[in-house]
Amino acid sequence: MSKQVEEKERVVIRFAGDSGDGMQLTGDRFTSATAVLGNDLATLPDFPAEIRAPAGTVHGVSAFQIQFASRDIMTPGDHPDVLVAMNPAALKAELKLVEKAGTIIVNEDAFTQRNLEKAGYASNPLQDGSLDGYHLYLVPMTSITVRAVEELGLTRKEAERSKNMFALGLVSWMYGRPVEVTLNWLQAKFGDKPQLYDANVAAFKAGYNFGETTELFATRFEVKPAPAEPGVYRNISGAAALAWGLVAAAERSGLQLFYASYPITPASELLHELSRLKNFGVITLQAEDEIAAAGIALGAAFAGSLGVTGTSGPGMDLKAETLGLAVVLELPMVIVNVQRAGPSTGMPTKTEQADLLQSLFGRHGESPMPVVAARSPSHCFETAIDAARIAVTYRTPVIVLSDTFLANSSEPWRLPKVDDLPTIDPAFATGPNAGQEFMPYLRDEKLARPWAVPGTPGLRHRVGGLEKNEAGAISYDPENHQRMTDLRAAKVDRIADDIPPLEVDDPDGDAELLVLGWGSSYGTIQAAVRRVRGAGRKVATAHLMHLNPFPRNTGEVVRRYPKVLIPEMNTGQLAMLIRARYLVDARTFSKVKGLPFFAEELETEMLKVMDE
Amino acid sequence: MSEARIDEATGDGDGAVLTKKDFTSANEVRWCPGCGDYAILATVQSFMPELGIAPDDTVFVSGIGCSGRFTYYMDTYGMHAIHGRAPAIATGIATARPDLNVWVVTGDGDALSIGGNHLIHALRRNVNLTILLFNNQIYGLTKGQYSPTSEEGKVTKSTPFGSVDHPFNPIALALGAEASFVARTIDNDRQHMTEILRRAAAHRGAAFVEIYQNCNVFNDGAFDMLRERQHGIHNQIRLQHGEPILFDEDTRCISVGENGRLVITEVENTMKDRIVTHDEHGRPSLAFALAHTAGHGPTEPTCIGVFREVDRPVYGEAMIAQLRSATDRLGAGSLEKLLRSGDVWTVE
Repeated sequence: MSKQVEEKERVVIRFAGDSGDGMQLTGDRFTSATAVLGNDLATLPDFPAEIRAPAGTVHGVSAFQIQFASRDIMTPGDHPDVLVAMNPAALKAELKLVEKAGTIIVNEDAFTQRNLEKAGYASNPLQDGSLDGYHLYLVPMTSITVRAVEELGLTRKEAERSKNMFALGLVSWMYGRPVEVTLNWLQAKFGDKPQLYDANVAAFKAGYNFGETTELFATRFEVKPAPAEPGVYRNISGAAALAWGLVAAAERSGLQLFYASYPITPASELLHELSRLKNFGVITLQAEDEIAAAGIALGAAFAGSLGVTGTSGPGMDLKAETLGLAVVLELPMVIVNVQRAGPSTGMPTKTEQADLLQSLFGRHGESPMPVVAARSPSHCFETAIDAARIAVTYRTPVIVLSDTFLANSSEPWRLPKVDDLPTIDPAFATGPNAGQEFMPYLRDEKLARPWAVPGTPGLRHRVGGLEKNEAGAISYDPENHQRMTDLRAAKVDRIADDIPPLEVDDPDGDAELLVLGWGSSYGTIQAAVRRVRGAGRKVATAHLMHLNPFPRNTGEVVRRYPKVLIPEMNTGQLAMLIRARYLVDARTFSKVKGLPFFAEELETEMLKVMDE
Repeated sequence: MSEARIDEATGDGDGAVLTKKDFTSANEVRWCPGCGDYAILATVQSFMPELGIAPDDTVFVSGIGCSGRFTYYMDTYGMHAIHGRAPAIATGIATARPDLNVWVVTGDGDALSIGGNHLIHALRRNVNLTILLFNNQIYGLTKGQYSPTSEEGKVTKSTPFGSVDHPFNPIALALGAEASFVARTIDNDRQHMTEILRRAAAHRGAAFVEIYQNCNVFNDGAFDMLRERQHGIHNQIRLQHGEPILFDEDTRCISVGENGRLVITEVENTMKDRIVTHDEHGRPSLAFALAHTAGHGPTEPTCIGVFREVDRPVYGEAMIAQLRSATDRLGAGSLEKLLRSGDVWTVE
């Protein structure tokens, strides 16, 4: 039986199931095959905080969304074209997102009376007509999977666990994904566990063949590779890119990377990734608490390492005192904050970018600290390197802002050449800097103080939280405190001379509106701007990577446009800074739902602001 | 600190003999006149040359409180850190740089209250540190509040009706944290303190030394029953490995009483085989029992000396070994290869 092939420009698929159903893995594998095929893509994992929430309930649903296309795309998509629902709860939780007339593939076996009740359905949606208008496919995934693996001698429960591979196989068939990518991965993952390997392969192939042979699916779809700059590509998550960026910074500076961290969602991935890289000489230390993690990293920095700590919001609260010490010690240190929805424990697995003001001001006293933010998963790589460069060059702690969305989502990345990466000079102090004397707080032209590490002959000195003078002696002199406060601020401000100006995307130079963003909203802002421009309107965008200090031309840029709109996953933190600093009437578009912006809501808001 | 390092450092030297002066910074010492900290500082500065480790290779890290100022008075590398965090910061230093001789100076409030977590974890990990805890049973720098080692009923500015808090026993706490070296000494007994410092410095891993320190302003006389010679000869129980535990001019002893409990008895009324022989290296239960012979105060006979010393893997060394074995097994990491690991594709 030959099947029709229909070409599509772009597709959004959402895999959803119980948090124990392996949906993240399914999505991740589909993403790898899609990346290798050469589509552009963006992903959005969306899972509950509970590791195994009560099975079958709506709040235990774990989902993974991917948009892939034959052109460049910027977001994981607002609304899925295809929903794969492994049980009634997944259908119930995710249906509202699905495009009108979208495709829904359900695991029919899971729609039992008990599961329907657990999901809160009064009647079976597969039968009561509530899915009329959707393309609904009922596939008995569990029973086919169990049959496919029955020769292998697994228990029924074990056999059923492979049903996510069945779903992956089926959707891989529907969209013509290369099977070798998945089979190779299964080989690497389960090669030493033959029974599990065989079961997963059998389930995957059963899904693939089900699509091929049954008459249920008349059409398969083709999404051609997206045009891309020549180069070597890979798919990369924000968490991996950030970890590798730190490794790159260590390599390009000749410093030992010393990463101290306490487990916290969603920053633990960084600790996991770096812990694997021992053969790069990376020291990782799982500290007793967040405070210790910061202290250990700072101690390592004092001792001459590239000291890094990583955490999320609650951990940043705890580290604040140590960061204040790092400011006054003027030692290089990188602090990664993978932001999540707060306050307090908030929604640990959901994204937000509400720690900007905390990064700038969340310490007592005048405590200026550079802040950089990544805008996409792959951009985490260069953001980490730049943070380390600023930290080492200016002898200062630097905060890197990522977020849950950036850390967990992925995109294709054209690999940089290692030789082209910036080098970082630790410029350790090796001798006296004031005649025969060594003055630990005597500054260079960048206002940075010398980094004299223990063991260096003749440069013994004491640092500490108490205010010091140039000679490193404790000083309560009023003039000295004023001067040192001013110098610490001026040092951070001068970093603006050492970062690129804020780039503006404004094709005709006469846009009616500037949309200014920072962090992970970049992709969505770009997608929305395309739509607005497609409608014939003129809109400019700019995206800040350096949030302290701002690029020197930031004021000029925001004053250039009649209207400025700042979309943020907070209640207006960058807007507050821009308004305060540049006296510009910037408007906020706020979303704090634990989810990234949708392009359509940004589009609507841009048009609304322009039409006012 | 490892013996290997002592030898190395000595070998590296230009032959000049180190003196107390080499470890004394130019900073004016500003504790209250009569403070026990002066005696501790003088003893430490006098002892350090004996190690043969250059001041350039030595780091002192301290927290907040009167003890925190210690760092400024040592002419070594140093960090006067934040309240309670010195063991964590020193863990970073000692782990990144096993070649350094790292000391932590802390107090009862710093180490046992705000920094309790860092202390126990540095001890459990057996980080290569020598930790000196100045215990004066009071908050001095904040002008006289009760501390986590103050006795119940203590009247202070924050406990005008007496403290209802039960105090920590620092030695028992360190033993509970699986510390590999636990000792106690007294600020004004220079000879004993030097001997304890020598033992602590020679120990590989975390060495915990509690120093009874008199705060003559806010808690004067807290340790008189041990510090003052006329009382000390009766109340100091000086632990010596392998020796029967006798004190009070050998008239009293620690012996095994009912149910195996350790009790203080008159030697002449005690069967010889009931007298406890000190064993630093055995099970921790003996050291734990010895830590509890005195009540909190200390107003009764109290043990000083090395309670326990055992050999355990040193933190940092195991970590470095792991880096080496990973490199041997996987080859030195290549960033180029890392970036290209997994599925990659080429666009022409």
